[in-house]
Amino acid sequence: MRHGKYPFVIGFLFAPVALYVTFVIWPYAQAFQISMTNWRGLSAPQWVGFDNYRRLLDDGAFWKAVQHHGVLLLALPLITIAIALFFAFLLNVGGKSSGGQRQGVWGAKFYRVVFFFPQVLAVAIIAVLFQMVYRPNESGLINGVLMKFGLEPVLFLIKPNLALWSIIAVLVWQAVGFYVVLFSAGMASIPGEIYEAAEMDGATKVTLFFRVTLPLLWDTLQVAWVYLGIAAFDAFAIVAVLSVDGGGPDGATTVLAMEIYRNAFVYSKYGYASAMGVALFFLTLTFAALTLRLTKRESVEY
Amino acid sequence: MSITPEHPAALDRRTVLRRAAAVGMLATPAIGLLSACATSGSDGDSEQVAGGTKSEKNPLGVKEDAAIEVVIFNGGYGEKYATDVHEPLYKTAFPKAEIKHQATQAVSTVLQPRFASGNPPEFVNNSGEKFLDFGALVNDGQLQDLTELWDAPSVDDPSKKVRDTVIPGIVEQGMFSTADGQRKPFVLYYVSTVYGIWYSGKLFKDNGWTAPTNFDQFKALCEQIKAKGITPYGYAGANAAYYQWNVILTQAAKIGGADVLKNIDNLEDGAWKQDAVKQAAEAWAEIGAKYSDKSFEGLKHTDVQLRQNQGKVAFYPSGDWLENEQNKDTPAGFTYQLMPVPSLTASDKLPAAAIRAAGGEGYFVSSKSKNPRGGLEYMRQMLSKAGARGFTETVGAATVVPAGSEGFQFPPGVASAQVALKAAGKDVFNMLFDNWYKELDTEARTATNELMFGRINADAFVERIQKRADAIKKDSSVTKFKR
Repeated sequence: MRHGKYPFVIGFLFAPVALYVTFVIWPYAQAFQISMTNWRGLSAPQWVGFDNYRRLLDDGAFWKAVQHHGVLLLALPLITIAIALFFAFLLNVGGKSSGGQRQGVWGAKFYRVVFFFPQVLAVAIIAVLFQMVYRPNESGLINGVLMKFGLEPVLFLIKPNLALWSIIAVLVWQAVGFYVVLFSAGMASIPGEIYEAAEMDGATKVTLFFRVTLPLLWDTLQVAWVYLGIAAFDAFAIVAVLSVDGGGPDGATTVLAMEIYRNAFVYSKYGYASAMGVALFFLTLTFAALTLRLTKRESVEY
Repeated sequence: MSITPEHPAALDRRTVLRRAAAVGMLATPAIGLLSACATSGSDGDSEQVAGGTKSEKNPLGVKEDAAIEVVIFNGGYGEKYATDVHEPLYKTAFPKAEIKHQATQAVSTVLQPRFASGNPPEFVNNSGEKFLDFGALVNDGQLQDLTELWDAPSVDDPSKKVRDTVIPGIVEQGMFSTADGQRKPFVLYYVSTVYGIWYSGKLFKDNGWTAPTNFDQFKALCEQIKAKGITPYGYAGANAAYYQWNVILTQAAKIGGADVLKNIDNLEDGAWKQDAVKQAAEAWAEIGAKYSDKSFEGLKHTDVQLRQNQGKVAFYPSGDWLENEQNKDTPAGFTYQLMPVPSLTASDKLPAAAIRAAGGEGYFVSSKSKNPRGGLEYMRQMLSKAGARGFTETVGAATVVPAGSEGFQFPPGVASAQVALKAAGKDVFNMLFDNWYKELDTEARTATNELMFGRINADAFVERIQKRADAIKKDSSVTKFKR
């Protein structure tokens, strides 16, 4: 068998690896190369060394974007996971137990489908949808109602200190459905006897959640945290379509991808934009490595 | 230490060789792709066709059967004027030539790769939200020098050069400095665009209001309009803040003269901090605070324009494409009217009638395309009386060829703009910094929203734009332009 093995493996791997190298690895490598040039998109680039990176250091918009990623990085996973866990718990083990089987709340199957809806919609559609929801005048979904009651409209995307949170709310709304499903799957694999035993010992639902569900779900949570963290480094589509003046007002909602887009495709500064891209690459990588390192802990065997 | 043959660590010579071969197999196609990669520049230049024989009918020496490709921005003016007017004109002049037509709403998305790979189309209408940076194109030698076109005899009257058939200043507007310090015409701005503040003639007539010519009248009228429950003034902050910096800078030019704008365009030190700019910003910040609506910052230009059509907004700043753009939503009898930005003080350098007017819609010929002479000839046909007239009839806008719009019955808005342009006489000015330095445009937009929606004052407004202008001046990667 030994002699036939490598050609066999290589034969299988060749096409996917070639595609991967061409369309993923190679552009990455190229971004590094372009980030060292002052390429403006048309002619052959000139080498400028670390100039672009030096410029990054005192670019206000860049640091604003990084700061927003910091907020997103904390808020998005925390809020999404909290809500998703809560829903998943209610849908799977929140109801009465019948015949020793834990059940979800009444109508759990229906809710599960509803929660998953946002996941099915394209991101751009969600952004356009929320343009209607957040519209600052009488034709907005929320403000229309408020103004009917004679209240002042809430300027969701306009108030600088509210705009980013309005965007985060959309991101959470869109993500929750997927994580409900993910956590549900995790909960389904927790043996029912453990719950039964805990209940016999007089555990309340709250204790069940914190002492049984949460520890046994740790691996899934960790995955969710990394996914959401990486999503927090993106957020481009929602910001680009939804925010005022492309990441405004005055950069209050801007993210790195938005700045990359602006520098590359509006200012034609591909070299500088690539430098931002490289910075983003390392930020994301550092985050993923750190999270995996920090959340490493003995998982419970059952 | 014994190693079993199937152990993964079995690194004998043959395994190493085999693996090396595998890596080689993967690497070879990747190297092949290197030459096709994004940054390889224009080493794939297309071969240009030879020139044809020059004649009276063909002064630019176009090869008669050479194909040309035309790319049109499918925006406010659509693409019909090209397919129904200009392309047939070219085809009539050169029946053997094939014309490839393409229309797009995202010019740079479609064309950037074509320029990078050295295969650009002959003729491009570079406009819209995603237009290609003219500065970058000039810097890269991608644009055909139009001197030959401007000096060629015009289609209708061979004794007249093409440059003498267009309104003054148009050739100048399309001039850019090249890397070697020369200034050459590269861009044809084709549509005559007049900027001002628009209102509904009907609304004003019904209420007995008249268009104000100075700021005191303007504010007094805004009070009356407000009392009627109509928002007196508004622009769309979400995507069209540049309509408003245009008003502020127009005001500044009126206060301090057209040189105020020249200084800004030329990135002179302290250009944004000139007194005139600050005064204009102060005056408009007050209008924003008192007579506008906070929610407009979150609206797109079409939203606010629609509100004006619905009679909920009185004054709206824009160019004279507005009437055509709103064609479908404008109720009958609305009667768009333009008024020049009202003068601020009695000591203004320019009269109340002074106005910003310029050529809009940039067109260029790619120097590295297969048939650049064909592109030049296409422009010559566009600038003929028939070409200009056809454009005007198709889209209802005036071109930079006055002979083309003579006697044409314009819709009321464009007609009022033409009247205002005539009234302004020689007091017509323009600004170009947004086309030259898009970063400065972005900063001016952001700062304008901050100013008009009351988050910063006029001092901070000029301060922050000046800071960005200084940064651009120092940035060696940005090509500088002068006028």
